[in-house]
Amino acid sequence: MVTSRDQGVAKAGSGGPGATEPAIRVEDLTVAYGDRPVLWDVDMEVPPGVLMAVVGPNGAGKTTLIKAIMGLVPPVAGFVSIFGKPYLAQRSLVGYVPQRNSVDWDFPTSVLDVVMMGRYGVLGWLRRPGRAERNLAMESLEKVGMADLSGRQISQLSGGQQQRVFLARALVQDARVYLMDEPFQGVDATTERAIVTLLKEMRSEGKTVLVVHHDLQTVPEYFDWVTLLNVRCVASGPVGKAFIDRNLRLTYGGRVSYLTHHAPEETFANPEE
Amino acid sequence: MDILGFVANLVSDYTLRQVAIGSAALGIVNGVLGSFAVLRKQSLLGDGISHAALPGIALAFLLTGSKSSLALLLGAAAAGWIGTLLIIGIVRHTRVKYDSALGLVLSVFFGFGLVLLTYIQKMPVATQAGLDKFLFGQAATLLRKDVMTIGILGGIVLVFLVLFWKEFKLVSFDPDFAFSLGYPVRLLDILLTTLLVVSIVIGLQTVGVVLMSAMVVAPAAAARQWTDRLGVMVAVSGLFGALAGVGGALVSSQAARIPTGPTIVLCASAIVFLSLLLAPNRGLAWGWVREQVNRRQLQTDAVLGDLYVLAMQHREPGHGHTIEVLRTMAHGHGGVDRSLRVLKERGLVKESGAKEWSLTPRGMEEARRLSRQWRQTP
Repeated sequence: MVTSRDQGVAKAGSGGPGATEPAIRVEDLTVAYGDRPVLWDVDMEVPPGVLMAVVGPNGAGKTTLIKAIMGLVPPVAGFVSIFGKPYLAQRSLVGYVPQRNSVDWDFPTSVLDVVMMGRYGVLGWLRRPGRAERNLAMESLEKVGMADLSGRQISQLSGGQQQRVFLARALVQDARVYLMDEPFQGVDATTERAIVTLLKEMRSEGKTVLVVHHDLQTVPEYFDWVTLLNVRCVASGPVGKAFIDRNLRLTYGGRVSYLTHHAPEETFANPEE
Repeated sequence: MDILGFVANLVSDYTLRQVAIGSAALGIVNGVLGSFAVLRKQSLLGDGISHAALPGIALAFLLTGSKSSLALLLGAAAAGWIGTLLIIGIVRHTRVKYDSALGLVLSVFFGFGLVLLTYIQKMPVATQAGLDKFLFGQAATLLRKDVMTIGILGGIVLVFLVLFWKEFKLVSFDPDFAFSLGYPVRLLDILLTTLLVVSIVIGLQTVGVVLMSAMVVAPAAAARQWTDRLGVMVAVSGLFGALAGVGGALVSSQAARIPTGPTIVLCASAIVFLSLLLAPNRGLAWGWVREQVNRRQLQTDAVLGDLYVLAMQHREPGHGHTIEVLRTMAHGHGGVDRSLRVLKERGLVKESGAKEWSLTPRGMEEARRLSRQWRQTP
């Protein structure tokens, strides 16, 4: 059950910048495992219709941030609102793409079956997925280029194909806000391109996507907003403003001799590898 | 005893029929629930639950003084449940890991159960006899009302499973995603575990606490070999459970004083063994056959390739080479004689009088095609 003591109260429309409500607003979010803080007093806003990357070193709390937004890990303090209302009231608007290796891919089920799980929330208790769900699932498999593998047992998929199945399952939810945990982790170049195309398509449909990302080099190319996280939120905003040398140094502790839009062709060490 | 006589006995003998029906029912229910336990990587939880149930049985007898199956089952279920909660609680609130917590709870509860059982055995009342059948199981003691209890409770478990099939599948595969969809994952988890407790408890009289976990794990592990669909796996697992249950119970009821648990486990093990060996795709036997076929194919292709290399070195295509040359080129991988025989049958090589081998024009063509293919594969 959800144990969100503080998420229940969201100050609707409490003086955010701009006229429209942010798709995601995180205020004072603090999460601790035991006595070790994983997220400390994080404030951030994701405006509607943007692709936002969350980057930071290992153990920065990127995955925890996504899980805390959903209440999957209970926060010590802080609250989260989706389009101005508490997350719990807006749960059906939020789609989730967990890390690929968070499930057992030897589970006896097919690609189509997994994608149809994205409709289980709409279906509710006791009702079984039927033809309508099947068609929706096939449509979103089409979008990720996996329609011809719909009948395949999931253990026979490559890493990139597994990731696409997860994306298709999220698409079929038809949510307005998506939280994706490392969708680019360990996928082949074809899948990476397919995912980027998909993300841009989602943006053009007005969806808001928050993506945990690990490859700094591709941030300016793939995303338009970015949050730099290292337990605290170092910076959050449009890539042009937030993704700058000083902030990166603050996030990665000076270990990154950096890079980006000034000299995109310059190679630099990926701090996570 | 011959099989026909056995079957005739089954139809005519009332007691034997009770035993068969009871063990079939508990086999089905445990096979079905076991599938979920195995898929959720909770195979050993069954062992914990069944061992933890023993003190519950003993306490229920001490408190009520009755040996009615319902009272004892309630005691068993309560103790099994408390054991499970303890395991979960220990994992959540201490640094003790799951396997250690399980081992702790299992042995402590089982030890306590044995102490109580010994105490009961020494009580100066006549009714205490027979409680030790819960250790290793005694199918022959199944009465009509026991079978009814198994049937009704098992039926309830199965109804729940059908009702919440979609939800159980979802939380078994991806609990985090289920949570994000708004399903009460913790509650579903508790419900599924409770169903497992009930299905284990109804088997205790027949199979016994010591070996009951085999009825949870074995049919499911065997069924997983045969299919890649959850629905089919659950059905096959139920079938295997029934087969093992009936087989074991009947064998043990034929001879006096053989407890049922061990015979059921032997039947279940046989099913697991055959499944591991023979199941298509996952079975070891098929894997071995596939490997052999592949190996032979590769050996044959290699010999064809070697002959091609030799032919390239010699300009005149018909120039023959002895089998020793080919054996040397094969680096002791073997199968040269067999490969030549196969290639000859396919008309790709020919043998000249002096036991020398060379490619036919068709063989030449095939070798070229293969070498192109190999170059293309990275």
